[in-house]
Amino acid sequence: MRPAVIIIVIALLILALPFVYGRISRGTAPVLAPPPGGEKECVEPVEYMRKHHVDVLKEWRDARVRDGATTYISSTGKSYTIGFTSTCLGCHSNKADFCDRCHNYLRVEPGCFDCHVVPGKGGRQ
Amino acid sequence: MTRREFLRALALAGFAVVTPADILKAAAKAPGPKWAMTIDLSACSDGCTDCISACHTIHNVPDIPDPKRKIRWIWTSSFHDLFPDAPDYRSGGPVLALCNHCEEPPCVPVCPVKATFRRKDGIVMMDYHRCIGCRYCVAACPYGARSFNWQDPRPFIGKIDPGYPTRTKGVVEKCNFCEERLAKGLMPACVEACKKGLAFGDLSDERSQVRRLLSSRHAIRRKAYLGTKPKVFYLV
Repeated sequence: MRPAVIIIVIALLILALPFVYGRISRGTAPVLAPPPGGEKECVEPVEYMRKHHVDVLKEWRDARVRDGATTYISSTGKSYTIGFTSTCLGCHSNKADFCDRCHNYLRVEPGCFDCHVVPGKGGRQ
Repeated sequence: MTRREFLRALALAGFAVVTPADILKAAAKAPGPKWAMTIDLSACSDGCTDCISACHTIHNVPDIPDPKRKIRWIWTSSFHDLFPDAPDYRSGGPVLALCNHCEEPPCVPVCPVKATFRRKDGIVMMDYHRCIGCRYCVAACPYGARSFNWQDPRPFIGKIDPGYPTRTKGVVEKCNFCEERLAKGLMPACVEACKKGLAFGDLSDERSQVRRLLSSRHAIRRKAYLGTKPKVFYLV
């Protein structure tokens, strides 16, 4: 075998290492707990919320704080009171088994709860 | 179209163009409430903190003993401290002070991230999500209405009310005229808690309580000479 071929094979193996490592260390995807109250429907379809809840939260934040809006009309035509603590956490009161489980898995640290308070818990979570 | 006609049309069109200033004027005249508050100077009594504790409880305002780090939305001071230019309308006794929700708020243009802004209804509002803690607004406010969080405020809050967020280290905070209560049709917490001296209402509504009080009583505003046009009126 020519030395050049050996070098190329080794280089390819090294390049593949991060992917192999990623595959091994990924672990199992977290299973999120449903709302304790048994609600089946979020403000938007679950698939959309799974991917875009940050966008919805930002839209709500700006609508509430900057424009003074209090009501959100969903894509299905239902109206909801805009409120992270009252509406979102009103159903998803199980922050540790819902928000945290996925955020910890993905190692993201949103600052929401630096200020917002989980009802009934008081203080920093 | 000849060149001459084109230029003439262009000149005429110039008159019809709406300038940004026109839009701003129209917005100022837009219908809707213009919130204002009146404070009866003679009503405040020594030792009463009903309005302060009502406000600070529902807004999770921390009680920090160090005066240099103190946070306050509404507080009392001496008349002379609050009205350095006015004749002594109230000798002795506490006088209530809070954010004046100025019509020309000096805190708004200095904010580099537009975290402080003035709503159409006149409320000078803070977006704590945006505040970067530069404290330009603290320096700009001539009324001392703004406080800066030098530390995490949560350990200093007696009982956290989940109905309103706390703040975090590194942001400025101040009175919001109970914007969150007005949205629900409620009066500001201080007005509700005070049975004697506070009134709140719509300045553009002739029948509102504040308009009636202002038409029947002599009223002064803090440091009116600065041209900030405060919306908190003190009834003499």
